[in-house]
Amino acid sequence: MPQGQLTGTRIRERRGRQGMRQADLAARVGISASYLNLIEHNKRRIGGKVLVAIAAELGVEPAQLTEGAEAALIAALREARAAHSGAGAEAERAEELAGRFPGWAEVLARSHRRAATLERTVETLTDRLTHDPHLAAALHEVLSTVTAIRSTAAILADTREIEPEWRDRFQRNINEDAGRLAESAQALVTYLDRAGEAGDGEAAAPQEELDAFLAELGWHVPALEGGQADIEALIAAAGTLKSAPARALARSWLERYADEAALLPARALAEWCAANPPDPGRVAREFGVPVPVAMRRIASLPADGPAGRIGMVSCDASGTLTYRKPVDGFAVPRFGAACPLWPLFAALGQPMVPLRQAVRQAARDGGRFLCYALALPQGDVDFDAPPVLEAHMLIVPQAGAADTAAAPAREVGVSCRICPRGACAARREPSILADGF
Amino acid sequence: MGKHVLVIEDEPNIIEAISFILSRDGWRVDSHSNGHDAVEVVLAKAPDLVILDVMLPGRSGYEILTDLRARPETARLPVLMLTARGQSKDRELAERLGASRFMTKPFSNADVLEALRELVPA
Repeated sequence: MPQGQLTGTRIRERRGRQGMRQADLAARVGISASYLNLIEHNKRRIGGKVLVAIAAELGVEPAQLTEGAEAALIAALREARAAHSGAGAEAERAEELAGRFPGWAEVLARSHRRAATLERTVETLTDRLTHDPHLAAALHEVLSTVTAIRSTAAILADTREIEPEWRDRFQRNINEDAGRLAESAQALVTYLDRAGEAGDGEAAAPQEELDAFLAELGWHVPALEGGQADIEALIAAAGTLKSAPARALARSWLERYADEAALLPARALAEWCAANPPDPGRVAREFGVPVPVAMRRIASLPADGPAGRIGMVSCDASGTLTYRKPVDGFAVPRFGAACPLWPLFAALGQPMVPLRQAVRQAARDGGRFLCYALALPQGDVDFDAPPVLEAHMLIVPQAGAADTAAAPAREVGVSCRICPRGACAARREPSILADGF
Repeated sequence: MGKHVLVIEDEPNIIEAISFILSRDGWRVDSHSNGHDAVEVVLAKAPDLVILDVMLPGRSGYEILTDLRARPETARLPVLMLTARGQSKDRELAERLGASRFMTKPFSNADVLEALRELVPA
């Protein structure tokens, strides 16, 4: 039932909430009770003076009766339905549900939003526990030191006759290890505290601090577009860059940004993108810059500009992600390997060959994305050294994902650990979404 | 001359403690502290048993174990794996790759001695 036809339902709902009888309302606005009954059951269209009169009696704006306050609610219900497409929820009845049972519809919408938030938290924490090299290294350090102390202390306690030089040596070892243990434990606590302070459990490792910093900037730095900004001042002012390694990463990122902004200014690129699709190959030709530069510049355009919000990832020859700018609907893992089905990795297998592929991420209602991927050697090619490849992928959301004329989008994942695709030849490990912890 | 054990571990004070205990128990102890050339060291020293840490600089203990099991001269060599991770999947992985025994840190000296005596009877 189209939204505009729910006016009667809203009138009935409002009248019922106010404890007003149908006959009384009908009398007040000068129509028969039977006619109002037909209106309230959406069997008669309503407009003009009668609508204005009923709205006045119910103490609401007429638009609240014709348009309802539930547009966002209906959108949320549709999202919930898309996430459970096998449940058989009737798409055409979302508006009716929102109109007739707004309270229950709100519960459903909130539950869906809560589930999505929790899923993201699970993804983040699982990602960290599974792949976080800093946490693994810190725990290994603590346990190894504890092992050394335990073994050495047991020797001193259990060995009846021990030479003085050995005794002195072991006592010195225990003293050293106790100092190391205190430092390691303190570093670990600081690390975990900072992860907790991030609120949503995000910033912690240097790469995460950088990601949080770039997310705050929106991957766009207007001050660097003019070429006169003080990079050190930008870093010093960033509350998210807490560690020296994170500041070093940010410095490299900002320096490259400034260099590339000079080659391809954002204003000129935005003007071009207002009239053309954000195709990095065409941008590279038009402005005479390398394709990876074109990709990074497109990805760094402001999200509210003509090109919209565009994501990008880069990886080295081992497949490790070295640049990650996620985009709504296309998640990028923080640690560990991404889905091997991404065009980014197909490009690594075919260096110098530009690839363009439409994709969508499994079990996400994020829509369809056009990915441009290309792998190129880093730096100058030398006859005496193997080329070091780096691959890049621009991720462009495609509006009108339901366009049936478009080629089917390839289904890809985020990373195996959190991917629901059951039968996948590229799977490395079981998914916690399918198999649990 | 006692049985010969090679300890591959990057924590020097663990090496020192294990070496002391095993020496007192009659073992001849050698040690090595990185994963890069651990397989070559095992082949060169030909110990009766290897104590192998999982997290080593250069190469992981799992990779080293895989290499050892693929070589006929070390395919049956007793290997005691040490790890800071005690999850069942780590134990299963170690067993699948051919570890003779798996021990999580922190372990007790008595447990190490008992395991070695079982793996290489006098």
